[in-house]
Amino acid sequence: MSTTTPEPTRDASTPVDPTAASNLPSDLQDERLIAQSGVSGAVRVFFSRLRSGDLGALPVVIGLVIIWIVFQTLNPAFLSSRNLVNLTLQSAAIGTIAIGIVLVLLLGEIDLSVGSISGLAASIVGVTFVKSGWPLVVAILAGLAVGAIIGISYGVIFTRFGVPSFVITLAGLLGFLGLQLKVLGDTGSINVPFESALTKFAQQAFLPDVVAYVLALAVVAAYAASRIRANARRSEAGLSTTPVTAIAMRAGALAALLLVPAVVLNRDRGVSVMFVVFLALVVIMDFAIRRTRWGRSVMAVGGNVEAARRAGINVRRIYISVFALCSTFAALGGVFAMARLSSVGQSSGGGDTNLNAIAAAVIGGTSLFGGRGSAYSALLGILVIQSISNGLNLINLQSPELYMITGAVLLLAVTVDAVSRRSRAAHGRA
Amino acid sequence: MTATTSPPPAPARTAVLSLRGISKRFGAVQALSGIDFDVNSHEVVALVGDNGAGKSTLVKAIAGVYTPDEGTMEFDGKPATVNSPAEAQRLGIATVFQDLALCDNLDVVANLFLGRELYNARSLDEVTMEKESWRLLRQLSARIPSVRIPVASLSGGQRQTVAIARSLLGDPKVVMLDEPTAALGVAQTAEVLNLVERLRENGHGVILISHNMSDVMAVADRVTVLRLGRNNGTFDVSQTNAQEIIAAITGATTNAVSERASRREQSEEQQ
Repeated sequence: MSTTTPEPTRDASTPVDPTAASNLPSDLQDERLIAQSGVSGAVRVFFSRLRSGDLGALPVVIGLVIIWIVFQTLNPAFLSSRNLVNLTLQSAAIGTIAIGIVLVLLLGEIDLSVGSISGLAASIVGVTFVKSGWPLVVAILAGLAVGAIIGISYGVIFTRFGVPSFVITLAGLLGFLGLQLKVLGDTGSINVPFESALTKFAQQAFLPDVVAYVLALAVVAAYAASRIRANARRSEAGLSTTPVTAIAMRAGALAALLLVPAVVLNRDRGVSVMFVVFLALVVIMDFAIRRTRWGRSVMAVGGNVEAARRAGINVRRIYISVFALCSTFAALGGVFAMARLSSVGQSSGGGDTNLNAIAAAVIGGTSLFGGRGSAYSALLGILVIQSISNGLNLINLQSPELYMITGAVLLLAVTVDAVSRRSRAAHGRA
Repeated sequence: MTATTSPPPAPARTAVLSLRGISKRFGAVQALSGIDFDVNSHEVVALVGDNGAGKSTLVKAIAGVYTPDEGTMEFDGKPATVNSPAEAQRLGIATVFQDLALCDNLDVVANLFLGRELYNARSLDEVTMEKESWRLLRQLSARIPSVRIPVASLSGGQRQTVAIARSLLGDPKVVMLDEPTAALGVAQTAEVLNLVERLRENGHGVILISHNMSDVMAVADRVTVLRLGRNNGTFDVSQTNAQEIIAAITGATTNAVSERASRREQSEEQQ
């Protein structure tokens, strides 16, 4: 029994699981743990995780690199600063919708109506702000409130009557499209004035170069500080700590990940404020999912709803809150899309908005089966989707190719998810 | 009901949970009828019965999964109703179900603290939870290599240990264990039985559902037998033997041997 096991004499300072913040003397006592130390150990751990099907974000990162290489070869303008700035502007709206999709997927549910909700919310903001002259903030809040109410209704119908979310939201897809047309009225489309704060925010607001760099460095500093603080608390609690060199290396990698794009984007217009807002939402939701009781409950419900219920989690409230958040993110994404195009019309939120948002979440690595995924899959997934769309545009291929290629990528992503899920089961990983 | 001989509780024991006349129907099936059941503090009560005797239904009624159709429940001397597992938990009734109810996608720490996570200023206090997890698991002499691996990668026995450890958080007054040793190896079974005794020493009332007569005889103070949804006797372990309990389980209590045994027991008690 472990209480009587003599302390192993091996060096216990190396993380056994690179993703766990925690690798500690008191948890490394079991003699069956395979010690992996140094860089080669970390590499071995990494590959053993891959073999067992714990792929994480790797497939999507590889996919993104391949896509970028292909398009860069076909058209050297693809990776130009100018085009990459466009890419960030194009990504923010549907990326925001995809954050909501990630949340419902974590529960193992789906929302097919995010496109319609985004169009409806944008129409409401357009009508109230442009036609009725409401203050912009009030108009936006009204749009978001409508999104939230729709989501709460979905949650109530789902939890009260047990109707599958697939069907509820399919009904919503049609119903709210109709409502959007009603709201827009006879004119059919509304143009947002170019001088309004909304349009400026989406089209002309870029971080000053220095601010972008300072922000990036501040994020890196905050990351390093939180890891060092965690180390201090862990060693106080008698748990193992991450070596300082490992923290330094990760902080360095993060710095490169933030500063290189900032430099590239700053050679053109700069870092879009709307894109920064999207990134901030991703980070906030990642924190909410991983570090709060609510997020833990969401993962538990997605993993085993009966276990969550027996653990005293209010499962109904979790479902309702997630559906509400998803619809609210959809509404916000609709407002972003309207702001970027400075208009809202009958086709807003239609077409491929819906499926692109869902595809982004799935391509980004969030499992369709619930309980696995991360807010960052919204970011990675939307970059893949928009890179394809943007790149095809640059080489003068239009909708037919776009639809076929996006469809193929989505199928590939879901297949990877399903196969790696089976492999994880066989290798005893969740 | 030939052998209903509730022993007088020892002075230190106070009634924690008592059920009177609990009935539950599922459609045309009367799963429980008029069940009386008592648990005192500092006591291990084994609940035994054949398949379909109503053990699981009774456990679920106590745990708040089912609401009984009839009957009353007293907890800590006060009338109580439990309409949900959360209410049962708040009241102080912890249950380890046979299917363990663990989330395979979460790690051991997350499963242990599911539904009652610890917080520091603004986020989950992972450090304290991990430290507390190790303390709990060590207390059970659990052999779990890492608490930061998903529960999916643990063996059946390890999962049972995690589930039992989880029931101890929140300091329940009554702990219900549904077939806790069914999936365990020899050493781990002994550990779980030790743990059951430790729970009793700490003043918990323990309800042990088990098919394993040697486990029951080893740790239980009293044995309550259910048969076909009815009470079929409560036995004091110090004054009975496995044969008598098995007879009650199988319904062989009407034969001459068991009647003699129960008569003798009753007369001994009157002396």
